[in-house]
Amino acid sequence: MIRFEHVGMRYGVGPEILRDLTFSIAPYSFQFLTGPSGAGKTTLLKLIMLSLHPTRGVITMHGSDVSRMSEAELTMVRRRTGVVFQEFRLLDHLTTFENVALPMRVQGRVEASYRAEVVELLQWVGLGDRMHVLPPVLSGGEKQRAAIARALIAKPEFLIADEPTGNVDPSLARRLLRLFIELHRLGTAIIIATHDYALMEQFDARRLILEDGHLSIEEFAEAEDMR
Amino acid sequence: MTAADAEDPIRNDAEGTPKEAGMTEARPQVAIPLRRPGSLVPQRSVAGRSLVMVIAIMTFLACLAAGAAHLVSRAVNDWTASIASEMSIEVRPMPGRDIEADVAAAAKAAGDTKGITAVKVFTRGESEALLQPWIGTGLDVADLPIPRMITLERDTGVDLDTADLTQRLSRLGPAASLDDHRAFISRLSTMANALIVVALGVVVLVLAASALAVGFATRSAVALNHEVVEVLHLVGADDDFVAREFQRRFLALGIEGGVVGAVVAAICYFVAGITATHFASSAAAEQMEAVFGSFRFGAEGYGLILGVAVAVAYSTAIVSRWTVKRRLRAMA
Repeated sequence: MIRFEHVGMRYGVGPEILRDLTFSIAPYSFQFLTGPSGAGKTTLLKLIMLSLHPTRGVITMHGSDVSRMSEAELTMVRRRTGVVFQEFRLLDHLTTFENVALPMRVQGRVEASYRAEVVELLQWVGLGDRMHVLPPVLSGGEKQRAAIARALIAKPEFLIADEPTGNVDPSLARRLLRLFIELHRLGTAIIIATHDYALMEQFDARRLILEDGHLSIEEFAEAEDMR
Repeated sequence: MTAADAEDPIRNDAEGTPKEAGMTEARPQVAIPLRRPGSLVPQRSVAGRSLVMVIAIMTFLACLAAGAAHLVSRAVNDWTASIASEMSIEVRPMPGRDIEADVAAAAKAAGDTKGITAVKVFTRGESEALLQPWIGTGLDVADLPIPRMITLERDTGVDLDTADLTQRLSRLGPAASLDDHRAFISRLSTMANALIVVALGVVVLVLAASALAVGFATRSAVALNHEVVEVLHLVGADDDFVAREFQRRFLALGIEGGVVGAVVAAICYFVAGITATHFASSAAAEQMEAVFGSFRFGAEGYGLILGVAVAVAYSTAIVSRWTVKRRLRAMA
């Protein structure tokens, strides 16, 4: 699904943030991305979500070299990927419903065609009674769930979550992890960036460990068996 | 933990997942009010009110200039039509010649020419009256060699052979000369066309200034909404979609400003028209009308104003879309 080959990344003329990364993310897989603060986790996620171009190396997604993709192809790849941001990044002037429906709207679909789906998902994540509320009045947990719902509404093949439990209490963090595991069981490849070891201890999964721009991988066969 | 959290279905695996739920035939029929989806560009992030005012002022000025061009064009058409249908023969008194005979011969030559529909010979008394504005009244002009005027009306549908008429008049010697007003019409048209070009130039400049203002406002809006643009891209929006969203917002501002400017300009021309009609009977107004033509704005004039407003709104949308796409390419 995703393959990095000798990928390096630096900002401007600064030092390399990521050095010679080579790894793959398989379909239906589950992995944690971890490492100390400043190790380059967010930069790596930005490369995966096509927000940045690497300064060297090759990134292949769904069989195609990202650097050779047209704008339209990059858009199609983004539509197959769901992203949950650490800081949620909900649009404050849109209601919860409109935020969650955003991926459908940008595909040019009319509201009538996805309304029931969005309502159903909002109810499922416990925001059924908050769908007409603007994000600034939602609690941290509610925002997190709205952000997750937005990432899931278009049924992505691959879900990226950047510190999804960073702003919630341990109880909600556990529940969110269960949600991701459930999605993984249903066939979505998942990568969760976290430095919360307690969270990672709750589920045996492959770990991508970034340190000083270098990547090491701890494989867990059991995680793959769960599919 | 809130009450909502306590009932949170995330905790309950039996609730299933969206994909599972999506596979089922029956979907929950939740009544949510239908409403127009909110604009993806926050309204407060665009300097809307200021931009509407700038666009309104620009549209007003453009409408005034376009209206002036329309008035001049209309007046020129009136002048040209009336002047082109008339010609005149001037018969000058010459020593040893009978001016009355020369006038009669010139009138006959003109009357025999194909395409001349009417010949009017000015008597000596009428000719003297024509000079009154310049030499005043109470002056004995009986001894002055006053030229005589013959006016001809022509059928503009017939190709008049003025060369033939000129040649026949030349047989009367240097006393008679034909003036078909061509040189005057040419000068008048040149002057009027220059005025129209200047007015249209003003329209173009005003529209360009308006487009620049929209361009700056769009760049500012894109910069302010950098977060929104990034989120839109990450949820799968392409540049066209993002540009359309900005274009929609700026089109609304362009329409608002364009309508305000055009309505004010239309009111100005309407009031000017009423005022001109009110004072039409005065001597000054008659002189103004003789020189500049009548103040008739008409449906065409108001249509032109509407056209300018539409052009402003449309150019606002085009410029904003182009600017956004350019900014997005730069950001990429």
